[in-house]
Amino acid sequence: MPIQIEIISPEKVLVSREVDMVVMPGAEGDIAAMPERAPMMLLLRGGVVSLYENDAVTDRFFVGGGFADMTATRCTILADKAEPVSEISIDNATATLEALTEAWDKADKTDISRLDVLQDKILSVRAEIEAGSFAS
Amino acid sequence: MASLKELRARIGSIKSTRKITSAMKMVAAAKLRRAQASAEAARPYAAAMRRMLGELAAATKGEEGAPRLLAGTGQDKVHLLIPITSDRGLCGGFNSNVHRLTLQTIKKLQAEGKTVKLLPVGRRALNFFNREHADLIVDKVIGFSGKDVPFSVASGLGDKVNALLEAGEIDVCTLVFNKFRNAMTQVPACQQLVPMVMDDAEAKADAASTTADDAAQYEFEPDEATLLAMLLPRNLQVQIYASLLETAAGENGARMTAMDNATRNAGRTIDSLSKVYNRTRQTNITNELIEIISGAQAV
Repeated sequence: MPIQIEIISPEKVLVSREVDMVVMPGAEGDIAAMPERAPMMLLLRGGVVSLYENDAVTDRFFVGGGFADMTATRCTILADKAEPVSEISIDNATATLEALTEAWDKADKTDISRLDVLQDKILSVRAEIEAGSFAS
Repeated sequence: MASLKELRARIGSIKSTRKITSAMKMVAAAKLRRAQASAEAARPYAAAMRRMLGELAAATKGEEGAPRLLAGTGQDKVHLLIPITSDRGLCGGFNSNVHRLTLQTIKKLQAEGKTVKLLPVGRRALNFFNREHADLIVDKVIGFSGKDVPFSVASGLGDKVNALLEAGEIDVCTLVFNKFRNAMTQVPACQQLVPMVMDDAEAKADAASTTADDAAQYEFEPDEATLLAMLLPRNLQVQIYASLLETAAGENGARMTAMDNATRNAGRTIDSLSKVYNRTRQTNITNELIEIISGAQAV
């Protein structure tokens, strides 16, 4: 029995179709959504969402953090930013990483919450670059 | 009566005005279609967000220390109003409707003894409130309308509101913007963002759909409170984004209607001026003929 997957970014719906399994990057470790799973809400970190059909990856999407809502029959991923791995622009991502690293160097090292936000962003961009270079 | 030359000049100038207004109408119509499409595309995200939020709010109900974005600061003293307008004019009463509603709201809140702060979005609102209530403005966002609205504008604005709220500088936050009904009608309305109001009808519909297909208890990872704290700012951004998109669509709809009227009025003025022009020309010819004939008879 397949599972209905939806990947939605604020601007549009990227994917909406049926697959066998979805592996997504949870904030505390990767998690797979499969049919008949207990309902769950999950915080995502920046990383790659892989769609599986017949035990093979058919599509890979990069998400820059977000949320996932899984039930027995469907899985909705609300991504802050999402794109197919094949369309990642490594140049853009590298530029963003440089800007973020600079912000990190300048940031007030006592402001923990700001550092946390920056760290999450940097990790997300690194994951994007990694995913992009893996695809090309 | 105006001379023939003057009339010709006026007809000429109105004709070129008509060309401009009809071109603006076409452009607005094309942009309206795009704006509507992007508003349409943003809807699934907002719907899914609402469903998750409803689920989480139910799971954390009754717990101490609800996040400020959900429950507010517990006070009702300082109100932040966010009037959203376009950056450009020439769209009928579109912007002034928002201005008027905002002014009314400010007056009402101040009469109740509340402090009001303003965060105008769009150049028209900024200019207007700089004249009217410059002392109330705390921040501004301008220079995005007319193009496709990027989500980053909404997320930046959401972060600003959140920061003000966390710093304890505001208690209540309300958007004032034009709700998009159709290309002809936009209705100015207030929408309260903080503390969050769950639309009863929508909440019920969402709850009904959740109980139907997932009767089991939800698991949360990380825990509910953390997830809710992450989800709420995002929800704020999504609501702001939706209102920005409605404003973009409404602006183009209003401009299309306004320019259509202007084009029609120009046509009517040209008709009546041409009539005057022809009549004057004929009178002139008649006069000249009379002069010639009476001159010939006198000889």
